[in-house]
Amino acid sequence: MSTRARWGKRTTFLVGYTLAFAYVFPFFLVFVNSLKLKYDILANPLAIPLSITWENFQQAYTKMNFFRSLTNSIIITVFSVSLLIIFSSMLAYYLARTKTKLTKYIFLVLVASMIVPFQALMIPFMARFAQFVSWNNRGALIFFYIGFGVALSTFLYHGFISTIPTEIDEAASIDGASDMVAFWKIIFPMMRPITATVAIINALWIWNDFLLPRLVLTNETQTLPLSTYLFYGQYSIEYGQAMAGLVLAVIPIVIFYLVLQKQFISGISQGAVK
Amino acid sequence: MKSARSMKRFMKFAGVPLAIFSIVLVVPFVNGVYYTFTDWDGFETTKLVGFSNYAESFQDPTFWSTLRFTALFVVVSLVLVNAVAFGLALIVTSKLKSANFLRTFFFVPNLVGGVVLGVIWQFIFNSAIVALANKYDWELFKQSWLQDTNKAFWALIIVTVWQSSGYMMIVYITGLISIENDVLEASQIDGASPLRTLFTIKIPLMAQAFTIALFLTLRGGFMAYDVNVALTGGGPFRTTELISLHIFQDAFANGNFGTGQSKAVVMFLIVALAALVQVTVSKRYEVQR
Repeated sequence: MSTRARWGKRTTFLVGYTLAFAYVFPFFLVFVNSLKLKYDILANPLAIPLSITWENFQQAYTKMNFFRSLTNSIIITVFSVSLLIIFSSMLAYYLARTKTKLTKYIFLVLVASMIVPFQALMIPFMARFAQFVSWNNRGALIFFYIGFGVALSTFLYHGFISTIPTEIDEAASIDGASDMVAFWKIIFPMMRPITATVAIINALWIWNDFLLPRLVLTNETQTLPLSTYLFYGQYSIEYGQAMAGLVLAVIPIVIFYLVLQKQFISGISQGAVK
Repeated sequence: MKSARSMKRFMKFAGVPLAIFSIVLVVPFVNGVYYTFTDWDGFETTKLVGFSNYAESFQDPTFWSTLRFTALFVVVSLVLVNAVAFGLALIVTSKLKSANFLRTFFFVPNLVGGVVLGVIWQFIFNSAIVALANKYDWELFKQSWLQDTNKAFWALIIVTVWQSSGYMMIVYITGLISIENDVLEASQIDGASPLRTLFTIKIPLMAQAFTIALFLTLRGGFMAYDVNVALTGGGPFRTTELISLHIFQDAFANGNFGTGQSKAVVMFLIVALAALVQVTVSKRYEVQR
């Protein structure tokens, strides 16, 4: 390797690590301060705590109803994502395999709808669905997520199905499989990679979503981002507790990411190419 | 017979999702546009009023300042997010042993929702930095950045760049690794410098990644809400309200459903137009392979 190339590599190395440090530093700062007493935080936020206190975590855990909001987040995310996978894979299969003017038109409407920002319809949306929401707000939220997520998910599946040869469908139907059976037993398992993409992209969106849950959910059904926001708003003066609350809010998704890191990255890059 | 069967197939595969899509998205959208031409008060409409809701919206000086603030935010965040993301992608795709390790770190802010990120930075700007500034006498940070409109703007930009660059980095990585090796080898044999290779070979061949990343950041910039609410809450004095928050406040805090919805329709038109222009222009730079 030439000297110049080696220096280039060293610079990249240095810049890369400095940036990586900067990217995680805010999380580090929050974590360090969640272990301190209020006075120590104000005295020097950067200092490593001399004596560690877990009191902040106990307080935050109870006050933000951590367990309840975590359960709500999990329920809402799991149901919405599963239903989105089922419905949009079927819809995409139908649209990709049945080539008529109507299916072409439907597909175009779906693609065009992705440009509509939620804010453009939230006002009539809330007026129209107020009753549905007050009847069962978690159910309503899941229903809304299907409506808002179906276009992108169908679009991703559609691109993938086009690469599966139609001979496979024909072979299945000659063997006497009904179209439902053929789809779920043969086609759907072949779409595993794109299903992973659809699952990850939607899960990240729904898990972290704030505006729609804020409009729809009540105290008992709060998700994690909502309860974090409200908790922070109430207790931001209690720095230590507020920091502990933030740590609790961040931990579940970070663990999930570290376990499924490869799938996350490849899922997002798959979604980006389409 | 044949049409009955194809109808049945349509209902089985497409019926439910299309019904939900129409109920949740199409109907409120059409409704919403219609409401802006009526005297809708959130509950009922009695008569058509033409364009008066729009006229009223544009007479609202805070709406104009919000539009200006949003436009500036979109442009600056678009440029910076993509510049940083592309830089990160170059670092991560260079032949560094720890590239995957670094990629993991850069992506982390993206996992966490905008509200939690906004709140984390609110602590940093309001408390942590101010405490340090007083301790070490840093003039620039003694007053919280969030209490000054111009500095709060940059605070919003910093958090947005930090949050979104990891995601866009993945888009750029996908573009960079899609370039065939023999093309790069050929340019090396021809004696092209790394910088020359970057600008005349890599960037044109991965223009599609730019189209996508620019589209996503453009849309994200216009729709930004979470970071805005959690970091500045629109303050000081509603001067840092981006358009989403402005519409939210107008409708749900002040009860102006008619003007709120017409501002929302204006927002939709701006987003659609900007995205259309951006995609058309970007597409022109894409190389067919």
